[in-house]
Amino acid sequence: MSIEIVNVSKRFGDFVALDSVSVSIPSGQLTALLGPSGGGKSTLLRIIAGLETADSGRIEIEGVDATKLSPQKRNVGFVFQHYAAFKHLSVARNVAFGLEIRKRPKDEIRERVHELLNLVHLSQFADRLPSQLSGGQRQRMALARALAVQPTVLLLDEPFGALDAKVRKELRDWLRRLHDEVHVTTVFVTHDQEEALEVADEIVVINEGRVEQIGSPDELYDSPANDFVMRFLGPVTELGDRLVRPHDLQLLTGGGEPDAVPGRITRITRVGFEIRVVVAVGEQLVTVTLTRNEFLSLGLQVGSEVQVRIAPEVGAVVGQPRLLGAV
Amino acid sequence: MASHPSTRTRRGPVTYLVRLLVIAYLFLLVAWPVYLVGKNTFADGMDNINGILEDPDIVHAITLTVQVAIIAVIINTLFGVGISLLLVRYDFPGKRLLSALLDMPLSVSPIVVGLALVLVYGGRTGWFGPGLESMGFQVIFATPGIVLATVFVALPLVIREVVPVLEEVGEEQEQAARSLGANAWQTFRRITLPSIKWGVVYGVVLSLARSLGEFGAVKVVSGNVLGQTRTATLVVEEKYLNFDKGGAYATAFLLALVAVACIIIVSVIRPKEDR
Ligand SMILES: Nc1ncnc2c1ncn2[C@@H]1O[C@H](COP(=O)(O)OP(=O)(O)OP(=O)(O)O)[C@@H](O)[C@H]1O
Ligand SMILES: [Mg+2]
Repeated sequence: MSIEIVNVSKRFGDFVALDSVSVSIPSGQLTALLGPSGGGKSTLLRIIAGLETADSGRIEIEGVDATKLSPQKRNVGFVFQHYAAFKHLSVARNVAFGLEIRKRPKDEIRERVHELLNLVHLSQFADRLPSQLSGGQRQRMALARALAVQPTVLLLDEPFGALDAKVRKELRDWLRRLHDEVHVTTVFVTHDQEEALEVADEIVVINEGRVEQIGSPDELYDSPANDFVMRFLGPVTELGDRLVRPHDLQLLTGGGEPDAVPGRITRITRVGFEIRVVVAVGEQLVTVTLTRNEFLSLGLQVGSEVQVRIAPEVGAVVGQPRLLGAV
Repeated sequence: MASHPSTRTRRGPVTYLVRLLVIAYLFLLVAWPVYLVGKNTFADGMDNINGILEDPDIVHAITLTVQVAIIAVIINTLFGVGISLLLVRYDFPGKRLLSALLDMPLSVSPIVVGLALVLVYGGRTGWFGPGLESMGFQVIFATPGIVLATVFVALPLVIREVVPVLEEVGEEQEQAARSLGANAWQTFRRITLPSIKWGVVYGVVLSLARSLGEFGAVKVVSGNVLGQTRTATLVVEEKYLNFDKGGAYATAFLLALVAVACIIIVSVIRPKEDR
């Protein structure tokens, strides 16, 4: 295990930001810290980096107790949401910073900077100032700067949070590919569940200073440990007292399957490739999402009488954890 | 300052009226009087200037003023940058009190500062004075006293320039540098100092101008001994009271010239994008 976080707590005044958090982060993987705003993700990441000190608990990085180590001795690369570019230094000098501090020979520095700028596709901008780069380019520069010192772990605090949706998505794919190339243990913070599910090998869900669940994207999505994780990872709807995903529901127009309940369609919305159908089952409004083809083959309209049930495969695959309405 | 196009579209009569008022105000208050000092200085060609430059006592006074100003500026810069870092980057009890205290030299009359220094360091009755004097170190009525008084009155100027800049650049660049392996000194030298550079330069220029021109506090602590502790501003007063208007104007002109030159040089060399 590469980063071992044991019973870490942190308060700001009376406010408990982290409440006895324990997490093991595996070597060489891409781990996401996921959770709602104010949950304590940045605080945890900053404690790993040594930019904040824990009130109690222990941090181990690659087997070394780092709890009392200053940030400059931890050999972690940290990437900030707002880049923290050294504004007065050129892109190349930014990337070279850590190496210059380590007093590496000039030739070696030049070579390594060149290599890294190639890696992040910024070679032609080497002599520009950060202010002459776009947000996405600045963040790639910050990544190269952090990678330059060959950190034991790479920590990214909402690295793409300040970028627009399209650039975010590009950089996210790029980060995944970069990680497959470089293989440094990486932890990144995000409050975007799609980003975590798409990029991470492992996800740690943090809420109100506590760890809610740790697992692979599939584990989290398919068997959430509790209501909170289920709701946070994707859209949910209630059917009876059960919490389900809208795409795990089926609509039937024919007569009575035993596990289906009758209802009437009250609203149909089309969002791109998916159709969202709201069905009134007694007092309850249940949302069901269908693909366009499913929708057309059923020939549904507002006012149609339908039967709603949880798709049989879902129950078979996942079993009990989905019965969460009662929690 | 990159002006947004939409902020300067309409220029009605009110805009022009306001501009006219501001210009008239500055003209009557600043430009015209200062110009008159210059005009009077050169009323007889270079005679007045040559007159003071040939008087060894006045040359001594000017040299003393420059020396004192330079020492005071160095002290205030080192101290000012340090205090600014303390105020912006660290939390400690009594921080607000310290911050308020640092503004005091701006609100207290310099003459009070002078008297206060005499009470503490005065050779006969001060707190430290007699002790220091018995060790052969005279403060009041000597150069150290003049330096002290000048440091005191110009104390907040560097701090007030540097603190907002430090706040604006934020802590993240420094944290990034630390996590890249830089120690505290390397972080300060390579990251903090370059980013507050212009704040420091401005603070230094203001301090220099203020130090050259200090009068009240210096008058009390210096003893005003001709050829020894009389500074340039004291010369101006002395000459003026003795009806040597030409000498007074010439000295005043030199003082103003240095101060104005500092400010002009800085605003010319300062890069536009920095603000
Ligand atoms: N320096 C600080 N002083 C006081 N409170 C703080 C400080 N830093 C964080 N907090 C508080 O601790 C809590 C957790 O903050 P943190 O920044 O870790 O949240 P986060 O999960 O990263 O949220 P976000 O997604 O909004 O960045 C917040 O409620 C915040 O107000
Ligand atoms: Mg955060």
